[in-house]
Parts: sequence; C-alpha cells; structure tokens
Amino acid sequence: MRGTRARATAFRSRHPRLPANGCSVEPAQTSRDRRPTVLAMSFVEYSDLIQDGDVAIVYLGPESMMPVKVKQGAQTQTRYGVIRHSSDLIGRRYGSKVTCSKGGWVYVLHMTPELWTVNLPHRTQILYTTDIATITMMLELKPGAVVCESGTGSGSLSHAILRSIAPSGHLHTVEFHQQRAEKAEEEFKEHRVDRLVTVRNQDVCKDGFGVTGVADAVFLDIPSPWEAVRHAKAAMKRQGGRVCSFSPCIEQVQKTCEALVDQGFEELSTLEVLLRVHDVRTVYLPLPDFGPDETAPQTSVALKTTTLPREMPGHTGYLTFATKPRT
Amino acid sequence: SMIRKSTLPPQSRHTSIKAGDYVVLKRGDIFKAVQIQPKKKAMFEKQWFLPDTAVGQLYGSTFDVAPGGILQPRKPKDTEGSTDANEAGTDNRHILDDGKSQKLTRDDIEILKGQGLKDQEIIQQLVDNSSTFRDKTKYAQDKYIKKKKKKYENTVTILRPSCRILAMMYHGREPGKICHMRYDMLAQMLTLANIHAGSKVLVFETCAGLVLGSVMERMGGYGSVIQMFPGGGPVRAGVESFGFPAHFHDTLHEFPICHVNALLAGTLDTACKDPPAGRAQERKVKLEEKRKKLASAAALLEGRNADGLVIASRFHPCPVLLGLIQFLSPSRPFVVYSQYKEPLIECFTKLKERGGTVNLRLTDTWLRRYQVLPNRTHPLLLMSGAGGFILSGTTVAVDDSKPANSQRAEEPAAKRQKVDGR
Repeated sequence: MRGTRARATAFRSRHPRLPANGCSVEPAQTSRDRRPTVLAMSFVEYSDLIQDGDVAIVYLGPESMMPVKVKQGAQTQTRYGVIRHSSDLIGRRYGSKVTCSKGGWVYVLHMTPELWTVNLPHRTQILYTTDIATITMMLELKPGAVVCESGTGSGSLSHAILRSIAPSGHLHTVEFHQQRAEKAEEEFKEHRVDRLVTVRNQDVCKDGFGVTGVADAVFLDIPSPWEAVRHAKAAMKRQGGRVCSFSPCIEQVQKTCEALVDQGFEELSTLEVLLRVHDVRTVYLPLPDFGPDETAPQTSVALKTTTLPREMPGHTGYLTFATKPRT
Repeated sequence: SMIRKSTLPPQSRHTSIKAGDYVVLKRGDIFKAVQIQPKKKAMFEKQWFLPDTAVGQLYGSTFDVAPGGILQPRKPKDTEGSTDANEAGTDNRHILDDGKSQKLTRDDIEILKGQGLKDQEIIQQLVDNSSTFRDKTKYAQDKYIKKKKKKYENTVTILRPSCRILAMMYHGREPGKICHMRYDMLAQMLTLANIHAGSKVLVFETCAGLVLGSVMERMGGYGSVIQMFPGGGPVRAGVESFGFPAHFHDTLHEFPICHVNALLAGTLDTACKDPPAGRAQERKVKLEEKRKKLASAAALLEGRNADGLVIASRFHPCPVLLGLIQFLSPSRPFVVYSQYKEPLIECFTKLKERGGTVNLRLTDTWLRRYQVLPNRTHPLLLMSGAGGFILSGTTVAVDDSKPANSQRAEEPAAKRQKVDGR
C-alpha cells in the first residue's frame, strides 16, 4: 500500500499541473478528455483511491450503510469487526471489499450526493433524491449555474446542487438558525466544496439572499415562501431564471402562487412526484391437484416478480416552479 | 474566488434570438423544436410562420402571428381578461345547455378573423354574443374565457432549449421516439447516475438523442461522453436541438457496439492500415477519420474506468447492461431505463447472480400536476405507469475468489422500509 502512494507522489511531481491533494492516478489526459483542474473534491469529483480526509460510505448490507471520515490512525467499529483506516482504507481503491477484524467484510463506496442524502445526520427534515432529481431538472441546473437556496437545513439538497453546478457555478445558501448555518459551513469545508458555496445566517424573508441580479435559479423550502418571493426575484438575473418552492401544505402553495403571479413570474406549475420501489422476489404458486395426470409433474411454479410495499408512497411536499421573465 | 469566468455556453450568454439558433416554440403545453434559418417557414399548431422574423427579440418573448407569418412581439398586459367588472351569477340552476347560447356562427367568426381581429377581440365578441355568459358564476366565466383563449390564441413563445423543455416536448409530441420515457423519469436517471462535470459517462440510448443531450447538458462541456451505438451510425438528431456550443462536441465520442466483444477480449485492432490501392483520396480521408474516432473512443473505454453508465433503449436491457457494465470502475452508478418492468426484473436477477453490484433498486415515479387557483385548487391528471421503469445500482469490485452466491441475500422475508427513505 505504501508503495502505491509513493508512486502516486512521484507521478504528481512529474505532472505539476495536477492538484497536490486528492489526485487519482489517472493516465495523462488527452486534449479531448477535458477535465477541470480543480481539487478532486469527493462530493463533486470522483477519485479512484481512498485518501486521508475523504468522507466515504461503508456498505454493510442492503439498507445498511454508514458515513466514515477517513483519518490516518483512526478506527471504525462495525458489526463485522474493526476497520483500521491506515491499513484497510487509505490507498485502497473505492469499491473494494474490506475485511474487518472479526472476519466479516464490507464495501467502501465513493461518496455521492445521493448516498449522502440517505446517510447524513438529520438536523431538520430533509429532501430525498426523488424530489431533488425533479428540482435539478426543472430548475435547469448545470455547470456554471448560480443558485440561491433557503433554508439550508441539513444540506441534503445543497450537496446535490453543488454537484450539478461544479466546477464553475456558485451556491448562495441562507439559513436563519445560527447553529445549523455554522454546521453547514463546517460540513462544506470538510467535504471540500466550500469554494463553491457561501452560507449566510440571516432571515431570507427579511434580508433576502445577500446577492442581487446573479442567480439563474432560486429554491425555497421555508415555512412562508410567499414572503421571500420578492427577494427571490431580486436575487435573480435580469435576463430571467427559474424558481422553485417546496411546501408540504396546499395552503402554503396557494399563497406562494399568488405571490409569484403578483411579482410577474410566468409558467407556474405545481406538481408532486411520488416514488414506487418494486421489490424483486421469487414467489411460489402451488398447482392444483386434479388427480393423477402424467403431464403435470410439478407441485408448484416459481415466478420472478415484484411486489409493492403495503402502503403507497407518502407525501413529501408540493413543488411549485415558475419562470422569471426578463425585467 | 469571486473572479469566475462565465462558462455558460454562448447561446445562453446572449439573451436575444439569433439566426441559426436552435429554439423551442411553445403555445400552452405544446412545444416544437426548430432551427431559426433565414426565410425558412415553420409549421406549428396548424399555422405557418417565419421564425426568423423574431431575430433580435429576447428569448422568452411571446409573439402574435400576423398575416404573412410575421412574428410581432406581444405587449405583456395585452392578455388581461375583461371580466373583472362583469356581472356574474351564483350557480347554474337556470342555465340551459341547449347549444343555442352563442349567437355568432362559425362563419361569423371566420369573417371576424378575416377582418384581422386579434384573438382577444374575437374572444370579447364571443363573450358579448353569449346569452348565458352573465349568468355564469365568476369561476365559470374564467373557465369559459380560458377555453376560448386556448382555441383562438394566435401566439407563439420562443424559448431557449433545455433538457426540461425538450423532455416535455418529446413526451408530449413523440413519446414513441423516446421509448415512452416521461420527463420525471429522465430527471431521476440523470441524478441517480450522478452525471456531473468532469466525469466519463457511457450512454446507450435509442431516444433520438434526448438522453445523450441531457447527459451532455449536465456535464457542461467537461469530461467525456461516449455514445455506444447499435447499427451503422449514432443517432443524434435530438442533441442538435439543445443548441450546444461547438466545443461541447469535442467531449462527445462514439463507439459501435459491434466491436464491444473485441475490445473486451483485447483483440480490437485500431491501428492505421494501408488503404487499398486505387481508392479516391476523399474516401481515404473519411476512412482515416473513422479509424481515428474508433481509436480514441477505444482508448477511453479500454481502461475500464468509466464513471457512469446510462442505458435507455428499445433493446433488451439485460445483455446491454451486462456487456457495458464491464467498462465501469468499481463504486460507480449505473441506471437502466426500460418501458417495461419484466426485462429489468431479469437484469436484477442476473446482476445478483453475477455479483459486483450493490444497492440495486427497481423504481418508477408517478407525477401529479395541480391546478392552483383561489377556491379552485385540485389535482389534475395522475401520470403513472406509462412512464417506464428504472433499475439503478452501484458497482463494486467483482469478487473472483469467492463463488457468487456467497453474496449477502437481498430478499429478506419482511423488508424493513426506512421511514421516508427513498
């Protein structure tokens, strides 16, 4: 393992343009394989090898994962035994099977915003991937976009936005709760995405987003979004952009739509997206016994099918989208 | 960190419509993608007009279609209804639906149209000549006017293309061309596959290029996209409609799937060959071009270190997935779309047998839109079922030492669902 890292260091010194930290051992890039020369931040850029300081996902089994901050000399307890970061993780390839001290094994996965969403520490109710995916497409997020968001909450959507707008965009996120704002800022730094995001601890309904005329997209997930619509408009570029408001209750949606229309927004659209997960399983259907019959040898038939959960997917919230025309 | 050069593609840096731009025409919920070419007519919603008469106007503008197909910018407050001060009834108990309420005949309306009356004026005429209009409730009056607007509106809005708009367009206009993929399903795919700038993504699709273009949009011209294609050549009509700047195409590669086995076996020969004698110079150049493209795509693939795989086609997904997943690094996402569920059940089963994947999920999404109006808020259609299905998962190191069925079983008798976990 040490040999690999020494080779990696030598490789970096031969290619001074490549970043000092978080560099994956890739072959020299052709001019057609245009990759941004930025720090290989695990949340917004893939790397091949696990490194000190990464936040990785330890996969123990279906529906059983945990985030792990990789640190030289540290250990992580799992039900399969201890994982020693220095020998078991650092320098290993992501996706590797790691054997723990008791003999059981786990996989170590590269972080993605989707994995973070289902593994992050909740400080508030969060947005899940189904809604996040819809929001990302409907707000037309892409590299270079400037986005304003409030409230930051636990940062579930924030990380997904950062992934979509990297390496050239920027996220301005507003959180009125001081401790949550501080925690978010800490996390962005730890996840090495802090140069793409600015956290402001203020009340968006009173003080807005802290920027004007810069945003391509604005996202609101606050109790009274109608009070922030005018600030959303001010934060957006003159040439226009997209706005989204997420609210659990229909009364909130009605008030927000009214405010959007008042402020001159167009193309209003309110929708909700519900996810269904199909469980693939084998079921055995017994065959009837109608008496002796040489053409029916079996007693049952195995069938590969899917079943649905007993209760249909729940409601998360209504998503209201609109377009700001040029002003 | 505030010094950030804008890297948005040129077409979205300029806000006015230019000749040569790829745009999307919109009226209500109907969309159509066209390219603005000098003097070239476009047909949209049974009307002919000249899109190039909009050159110089801002994107997002709405135009009236004037005689001759000339587009004229519409003033923003032109469309205000005039019903605010009208009298209205309280309910419909006395309204007779005998088809005789409207005094204007079809011919009368045609005459008015011929006189050059604008759509708002025609609607006003219809309102004035309706014997029951004043008896309708305020809400019924609004609904009536909205219905007439939809019928007589003679406007078109010109939009900048985006994945969102094109996905809605294809789903509404030509769903068969995109394997009936609903736009919310496309949204899920792009996120589940973690498409982002700087990665190397493999795409196999028969969705007219919509999926490929959407992946390219989310990569912003960074990294590389390799289109694996069946048959003679890659289909990319849909990609053009996105109006990407030229340099985006530098990131797009293609590789014919008929060479996949050779590439995996290490027997694909992409070296320069002496062309047969007597061939025309032009043909030699073309063949060399083709060979170069094949070689560069093969070079990107043979490292088997791609970061993502997106499959959305009319082909049976199983062999496509099992073949192409071999090009992915471990710990990378893959997403397979199918119009039908059964082929994905097969993929799921085969992947379990093979090992080397975790977090396999077979999902679909339901989309419900709402009408939001004061005292008239209610859901509209529920779009479910006919939007296709998605199989998603993450690769891990394939374990050669242990037999595949030593993988932890993923079919517990009673699956404990994470509350709210999606």
